[in-house]
Amino acid sequence: MPVLTILIALPIVGAIVVALLPKRRTELVYPIALGMSIPPLVVAMYVLVNFRVGDAAFQFAENVVFTEAFGIGWIVAVDGISLFMVVLTALLFPISIAASRSITSNVKSYMVLMLILETGLLGVFLALDLFVFFAFFEIVLIPMYLLISLWGSENRAYASLKFVLFTATGSAFLLASIIALAIITGDQMGTLASFDFRNMLQTELSSTAQFVLFAGFGIAFAIKVPLFPFHTWLPDAHTEAPTAASVILAAVLLKMGAYGFLRFNLTLFPEAAVSLAVPLAVLGVVGIVYGAALAIVQPDIKRLIAYSSVSHMGFIVLGAFALTTQALTGSVVLMISHGLTTGALFLLVGMIYDRTHTREIADYGGLARVMPVFAGMFLFAALASAGLPGLSGFVGEFAVLIGSYLTLPVLTVIASSGVILAAIYLLWAYERVFTGPVTNPKLKVLRDLGFREVAIMAPLVVLIIGLGVYPKPVFDRIEPSVGIILDRIEATTDFEVPAEGRLSGVAEIEYGPVHESGGDN
Amino acid sequence: MIVTTTWFLLLAAALFSIGVAGVLIRRNALVMFMSIELMLNAVNLTFVAVSRELGLIEGQVAALFVMVVAATEVTVGLAIVVAVFRTRASANVDELAEMKG
Amino acid sequence: MTDLLWLVIALPLLGAVVNLFFGKRLGEPVAGGLSVGVVVASWAIAVPATLSFVTGSGQVETIYLFSWIPVVGADAAILWDPLSAVMTMIVTGVGALIHIYSLGYMRGDERYPRFFAFLNLFIASMMILVLSANFAMMFVGWELVGLSSYLLISFWFTKPEAAAAGKKAFIVNRIGDWGFLVALMIIFATFGTFDFGTIFTTAPGILTVGAATAITLLLFVGAAGKSAQIPLYIWLPDAMEGPTPVSALIHAATMVTAGVFMIARAAVLFELAPVSGAVIAVVGTLTALVAALIAVSQTDIKKVLAYSTISQLGFMVLAVGVGAYTAGVFHLATHAFFKALLFLGAGSVIHAMAGEQDMRKMGGLRKMMPVTFITMAIGWLAISGIFPFAGFWSKDEILAATFAKGGAFIVLWAVGLFVALLTAFYMTRMFVMTFLGRPRWDGGTHPHESPATMTVPLIVLGFFSVSAGLVNTPARLAFEHFLEPSFVGVPHIKGLTLGLIVTLAVVSLVVALAGVTWGWLAYRRDELPAEDGAFWRRSLEAFAVDDFYGRVIVAPGKRVSTWAAETMDPRVIDGAAHGVARGVLRFGSVLGKLQTGQVRGYAGGMAVAGVILIFVFLAVGGGF
Repeated sequence: MPVLTILIALPIVGAIVVALLPKRRTELVYPIALGMSIPPLVVAMYVLVNFRVGDAAFQFAENVVFTEAFGIGWIVAVDGISLFMVVLTALLFPISIAASRSITSNVKSYMVLMLILETGLLGVFLALDLFVFFAFFEIVLIPMYLLISLWGSENRAYASLKFVLFTATGSAFLLASIIALAIITGDQMGTLASFDFRNMLQTELSSTAQFVLFAGFGIAFAIKVPLFPFHTWLPDAHTEAPTAASVILAAVLLKMGAYGFLRFNLTLFPEAAVSLAVPLAVLGVVGIVYGAALAIVQPDIKRLIAYSSVSHMGFIVLGAFALTTQALTGSVVLMISHGLTTGALFLLVGMIYDRTHTREIADYGGLARVMPVFAGMFLFAALASAGLPGLSGFVGEFAVLIGSYLTLPVLTVIASSGVILAAIYLLWAYERVFTGPVTNPKLKVLRDLGFREVAIMAPLVVLIIGLGVYPKPVFDRIEPSVGIILDRIEATTDFEVPAEGRLSGVAEIEYGPVHESGGDN
Repeated sequence: MIVTTTWFLLLAAALFSIGVAGVLIRRNALVMFMSIELMLNAVNLTFVAVSRELGLIEGQVAALFVMVVAATEVTVGLAIVVAVFRTRASANVDELAEMKG
Repeated sequence: MTDLLWLVIALPLLGAVVNLFFGKRLGEPVAGGLSVGVVVASWAIAVPATLSFVTGSGQVETIYLFSWIPVVGADAAILWDPLSAVMTMIVTGVGALIHIYSLGYMRGDERYPRFFAFLNLFIASMMILVLSANFAMMFVGWELVGLSSYLLISFWFTKPEAAAAGKKAFIVNRIGDWGFLVALMIIFATFGTFDFGTIFTTAPGILTVGAATAITLLLFVGAAGKSAQIPLYIWLPDAMEGPTPVSALIHAATMVTAGVFMIARAAVLFELAPVSGAVIAVVGTLTALVAALIAVSQTDIKKVLAYSTISQLGFMVLAVGVGAYTAGVFHLATHAFFKALLFLGAGSVIHAMAGEQDMRKMGGLRKMMPVTFITMAIGWLAISGIFPFAGFWSKDEILAATFAKGGAFIVLWAVGLFVALLTAFYMTRMFVMTFLGRPRWDGGTHPHESPATMTVPLIVLGFFSVSAGLVNTPARLAFEHFLEPSFVGVPHIKGLTLGLIVTLAVVSLVVALAGVTWGWLAYRRDELPAEDGAFWRRSLEAFAVDDFYGRVIVAPGKRVSTWAAETMDPRVIDGAAHGVARGVLRFGSVLGKLQTGQVRGYAGGMAVAGVILIFVFLAVGGGF
């Protein structure tokens, strides 16, 4: 059974169903769209459950050739890196659609666009034919543009255009690089071109070609991530987007860039990756500190979270280019965690925005007294985002920092100061919004979160705790796929991962009674 | 007298030149369209002629493609011309400068 | 016996979760009872396992719970040895008493169950910290303790000061945690594991002095955050904004000792880095001195205790700095008893005075609150270092060890002695101002003795404040022997003869008595002495350290951030992007001029270009 194809197709089917709903019955749109976002989640769960642990190879692979001559085909498969991205996508769409109750104008188009967006994202993470990958990469752009420009707040026109222009600029480089790589690959295989990722792995590239192609792919992904200094589209887009779009943007869309770095830049161009690892890690670290510093002084709560995303994505990039098992695995775990925590924060901000229609921190104060459940949830999400142990953010960050220190000690020490800054901007924001006396009389009449809103948050809360307390199943699934990236780098370049940076270098621990012979007096 | 490929090519060149001249000189959109068709068919003639000369089928395939494209292009183009004619009661292209940069 | 130890962590956690979600529905008595119950149960579970070390049948053991972060080999695992046993006893024991005390103290608070949920969360976090078998787990407890502290300090969050104090505590602690985190990176890079057993057995063989110094100094940054040492002590006085039981539990008895515990736990590493030891000893002594100098002038009863806590923590840090780990842990234990006692006593006083914390408005409370008065007296004498109360033994042991180190450490010993004098003085000042003399409160206040839930914990703590010191007298070092299995591979302090110890003890005692007499003479009179002059003013404003940090660190930081947010991001980076956009637009408008809109022009252009191209192709193809 073509599970993954079904997975990718299901949201589109949902979109068609929603589009065909009778015009008058607008009340049907919300429940049906929500219902239509569930089947992809079910299929994603099926994939998650049936994923073979400890297997680095691509699983659930499907391969249908479109054109022999141009080497384009429908190749979809999942490995440890994409697995959780797919699950995250499938999970966050029902949640953000459920959180879109406050959308009143043109609900049908909104939901259709959301479901198309889901297909696009699933396609990006699953496609292994770069032609198809690029198509999905671009498909994502259109519904997101429309979501921001049609349902966004005041400054939406500027924000959505900025988003499109930044991303499209990157895409141009990406397209050129993909075609070049496909032709080189085809050349070596004796065909016109080949867009098959697996063939590209066999391609021999000169150093120059590696650097040029790495740069082409890299620019596109760096803008998507976004890496400093390509990040300025993000605060605008996040702030102006409607809640659900902010959630998807932060939780999934940014991961396309990080995923691209791991899947393509590190895997296809090992030599360039090794040489450019330090500059990219530097940009990541600058992003960590810079994003956090800017988050501290933002007067707008949504902008604050947006800049915190810049900071967190810096950790992910640092982890990706530190080239150790811990850092790479941690990087992927951090992607999951960032999706959950930032998603939760944007959802919460959306819930309060629906009530007050203001995002200015200064308009709030003492909210914890009026809305204790909301305050508790927000503090929880903020702490998870700030990397409190026991919650998801810490696990990834810890693995990234520990692993990155092995190869990039100085940068990692600087990066770790982001942990302090995160506590500052999140707790200071919490203090100003939630504590003290209730100063604004408008706040006194707000009602706390209702059942629907708590139900929206509940899965995220559970997963944040689950991932924080028992992340082993996640690590076990990611690690082998990350391992082969490192194997490849070690095999094709003279870079060597430090012993501690591979799983085999982690010491075995014995438990039980401790015998004093162990110590020597 | 044997009709060689050169004859065909010369005819095609003549037709093409007439087409170019027509597009450049005439002001009526419909006539310009016909001139374009002339050019396309001149190219088709070249394709077929060369195809026969070299014994390759691709030239004739290309000619078929050109025909399809020409047909679709005429459909769209004529629709635009008709629409313009309706609003302006004229098909004089010199009066159309809406796309001025 | 040790199989059930995981419950020591799990039970308080369960209590916290239940109280958090269902506390309101359970009602005050059930919620409070549950909370007390789980902590007492934790204590009860740990007692037999602790006693087995006392009887000698116990064995140091690591217990595997589950694998946590496999890529760094970090497991959830318990290390059960005498050190963790002592800490478990203190945390659950003192913790249980403070829980009981809170039953009365917090009665009627609208967020009563929430308070107990946080208290339980704190106990659970603290148990994770002390029971962990590796640095990673310890870091988890370390940060969670910071979180519970944050929640408890800002418990009365509608007061802006409380909210700000909680935030400050968390952030300052995070700065310390950063040091810990970097130390963890180096540890993993060196050992490839976080496991205590592996690290401590292999460290002497593979750790260079440089690496050991780096690791231990960074660990000490963490310890300085938690244990309120210079320069990170500033959060502790503010933390007094929290409810008083919180101050007693977290900011006196347990959490602040985490730094000392951690250094003791990693004693093997610290032994390999003599420089770090010296730095730590100096920082500890300085902290003790500065805090004592501030404590003498404070008028808020809780502030006095807060600074005295910082000062006593300085002593503990001095102890571990000079390598007297058992002495440090010993002082940690006795301090837990008498400082918890003092805080709870102060809480009892504040409760009686309807929230008044200013000692200048107290006085003469002796008759109204006999139990509080007597137990506080014990606490006062214990912290002042009067024979035979607990503080005497432990403080003396620290000073003796410092003296025995010799050389420049004699200076530290002398400073320590001076601090002991100050301690006796300001504690006497506090005690006299509160309980003796003529009443200085206004007519509206009706002080009364606190309920039994509050006095019983005072009595129990009072008992231990008298007796706890006796477990480790120079004549019979029972505590030291008890802890021995935890300090395998750590050398003993040399040069401590019984004669020297006794001599030093007499000196300490004389100094302590002098301090008490000084304070007594100065304050045991009808009119309070005028505390005027430059020193008193500076001391009262805590030497304006907060202002200094505000000016030197916070304000410039904010300026940089604001500059980045207002200039760098929108003008420079976005400016560049907009510049590109403008450039493209301008270029486009120039090229646009070519678009005349005349179809003939386009067609002509195409024709000409076509002709040119043909010629070019012919030229390149060699047709000419």
